[in-house]
Amino acid sequence: MGTFEPMVPEAYRVRKVIRELADTYTLELESVSGSPLHYAPGQFNMLYAFGVGEVPISMSGDPSQPHLLTHTVRAVGPVTQAICASGRDSVVGVRGPFGTPWPVEKAVGKDVVIMAGGIGLAPLRPAIYSILQQREKFGKFVLLYGSRAPENILFESELHEWRSRFDTQVNLTVDSASGNWKGNVGVVSTLISSIDVDVSNSLVFLCGPEIMMHFSILELIKRGFSKNQIYLSMERNMKCAIGFCGHCQFGPTFICKEGAVFRFDQIERFFRIKEI
Amino acid sequence: MAEKSQVIERDALDDLLKVLREQGYEVIGPTIQESAIVYDRIDGVSDMPVGWTDVQDGGSYRLKKRTDESRFGYVVGPHSWKKFLFPPELRLWRAKRDDAGFKILEEREQTKKYAFIGVRSCELHAIFIQDRVFMGGKHVDPVYKSRREKIFIVAVNCAEAGGTCFCVSMKTGPKAQSGYDLALTEIVERERHYFTVEVGSERGQEVLKELQHREAKHDEISAAEGRTRNASEQMGRTMDINDLKELLYRNYNHERWENVAERCLSCANCTMVCPTCFCTTVEDVTDLTGQYAERLRRWDSCFTIDFSYIHGGSLRKSAKSRYRQWMTHKLATWIDQFGTSGCVGCGRCITWCPVGIDITEEVKAIRESEGGTHGDQT
Ligand SMILES: Cc1cc2nc3c(=O)[nH]c(=O)nc-3n(C[C@H](O)[C@H](O)[C@H](O)COP(=O)(O)OP(=O)(O)OC[C@H]3O[C@@H](n4cnc5c(N)ncnc54)[C@H](O)[C@@H]3O)c2cc1C
Ligand code: SF4
Ligand code: SF4
Ligand code: FES
Repeated sequence: MGTFEPMVPEAYRVRKVIRELADTYTLELESVSGSPLHYAPGQFNMLYAFGVGEVPISMSGDPSQPHLLTHTVRAVGPVTQAICASGRDSVVGVRGPFGTPWPVEKAVGKDVVIMAGGIGLAPLRPAIYSILQQREKFGKFVLLYGSRAPENILFESELHEWRSRFDTQVNLTVDSASGNWKGNVGVVSTLISSIDVDVSNSLVFLCGPEIMMHFSILELIKRGFSKNQIYLSMERNMKCAIGFCGHCQFGPTFICKEGAVFRFDQIERFFRIKEI
Repeated sequence: MAEKSQVIERDALDDLLKVLREQGYEVIGPTIQESAIVYDRIDGVSDMPVGWTDVQDGGSYRLKKRTDESRFGYVVGPHSWKKFLFPPELRLWRAKRDDAGFKILEEREQTKKYAFIGVRSCELHAIFIQDRVFMGGKHVDPVYKSRREKIFIVAVNCAEAGGTCFCVSMKTGPKAQSGYDLALTEIVERERHYFTVEVGSERGQEVLKELQHREAKHDEISAAEGRTRNASEQMGRTMDINDLKELLYRNYNHERWENVAERCLSCANCTMVCPTCFCTTVEDVTDLTGQYAERLRRWDSCFTIDFSYIHGGSLRKSAKSRYRQWMTHKLATWIDQFGTSGCVGCGRCITWCPVGIDITEEVKAIRESEGGTHGDQT
């Protein structure tokens, strides 16, 4: 035996670095070997910073461009800081893709509500791109996004672009704002009451901090959505992404294998248990 | 393949070890180290704990001299076979920086070819369970697989049970039913000391051919059955597994978890000694020049705070949530994950818990608070 195959990263060169926010960067990567990486919206990779470590990061780019791998990373600790600090032409390791996708195909013919909080918009962006590329196949399309403050709004210019489309409803809110913010103030779940969709024929894709997803689900259910119309992306510590390390367990599920995207009714039993 | 039980005399055990060595196996079996039975390399029966037994209870383990010369007159010690198939530390890969960023260095490791001597039935089941974890899914652990495929297993049917054993409850023992190459039952009588042998594979048959053996007689077979019966009747612990998964799923918020948390030291002993626990962490290291990096995999435990760390803090901060995670995983979520229980009833976690926390007692306490068994509910 040689190396431990499923744990070996492949070298990717950083082609472009975009500073999104004070602590958040988007990296465009290209495989050194030149081979494409096909993935579905919602899937993630393990990104490796040489000698520092490896962490799960969702794809945030356009899945129809498999030669250009895009990740948006918030620097919160050693590995994400090292990744964000990678300059143009430097190399990072990539393993993937892993995890379950957002059910974009299932949403064909339905209204779609996308709800994101903070960096949670990044894992949803590939789904947004996919839907917009075949916009005519879907009913109404609503995007609800909340961030802590106006200066933390991710992909702001794109949000404005999407908002200006006549076929897309984009509502933004911030937890708190001072000065000249003219938009909504409040948590993202407060936007649910205002949306105009056919509740009985729609799907919801939800991604953000667990507490945000918790309150959003309560509101969605109040609004008449049923539990099997809500999909959410869960987060746990991950050391392998291939079902071996045990770290990502959430009740009986391994988030790396059966998630990160789940249909809410399938995990509801475990969702509200503290410290599970 | 011999369908019928065979017999080898006491001293043929040494020949068996020799034959296996000659066939290129690294022979691993019980030894005594630091006052405990520990599986390690053995060169002959003289390395084995001949004439010893163990006395086990919650939080206590002691070796004691026997009055006979039994070769396998004890049950399981703190280590299981998992350390050979699933090493406590493993280098996953090594890389060197180069013009293309980095290059993974080729490594050549001769696959270990082990013969395990004295695998108990519960331990065989633990191996079957880890087979599902490491080879049963989409991804395969290549190190586990290459070692697993080569092992030669000499099982031993327990003639006596230990103070913390409950394999009968878990339906994993005390007699090995399948998955071995040879299975021995040791019979020590006043005038005679021999083994009955079951052959479980072609390879086992080939090895047996090299030893002096003959078909077992009726009284020898019934002597062996008597030993198994004896062990079954001696179980130090029992666990009612009826509806156990749902019992635990219903009781994530049971007050008993607080109670056990007051006793549990979060020392992780239970996960380290458990023959099925498989969690690992990784460590990335570089050399001083920063030109070489490697990634190590190490056994980890759900009892550590870091285990559930995500940015902002650990998810399982309380000892209560960590013990609950461990026990619920062993006995409930494992069934949904892999189609079997994660516990084989070997009793190690009970014996090696410094404060004697007993998984069978914890189940009993939760069950009794609900008013007995729920076997009739589905
Ligand atoms: C499926 C999935 C998708 C993700 N997608 C993104 C994304 O698109 N963009 C982004 O910025 N972040 C994403 N995250 C979170 C990201 O993985 C963590 O922020 C990152 O692991 C932090 O590592 P660190 O070493 O920089 O920081 P530290 O907080 O110091 O982390 C130390 C170690 O803890 C573990 N860890 C810490 N936080 C997390 C976490 N949230 N999830 C899993 N393991 C963690 C890692 O093993 C890490 O090496 C995702 C997480 C998951 C599970
Ligand atoms: S949980 Fe305890 S009794 Fe069960 S297999 Fe693990 S160590 Fe043995
Ligand atoms: S149950 Fe016992 S062995 Fe396990 S972590 Fe707690 S104190 Fe340690
Ligand atoms: S991340 Fe290792 S098991 Fe899921």
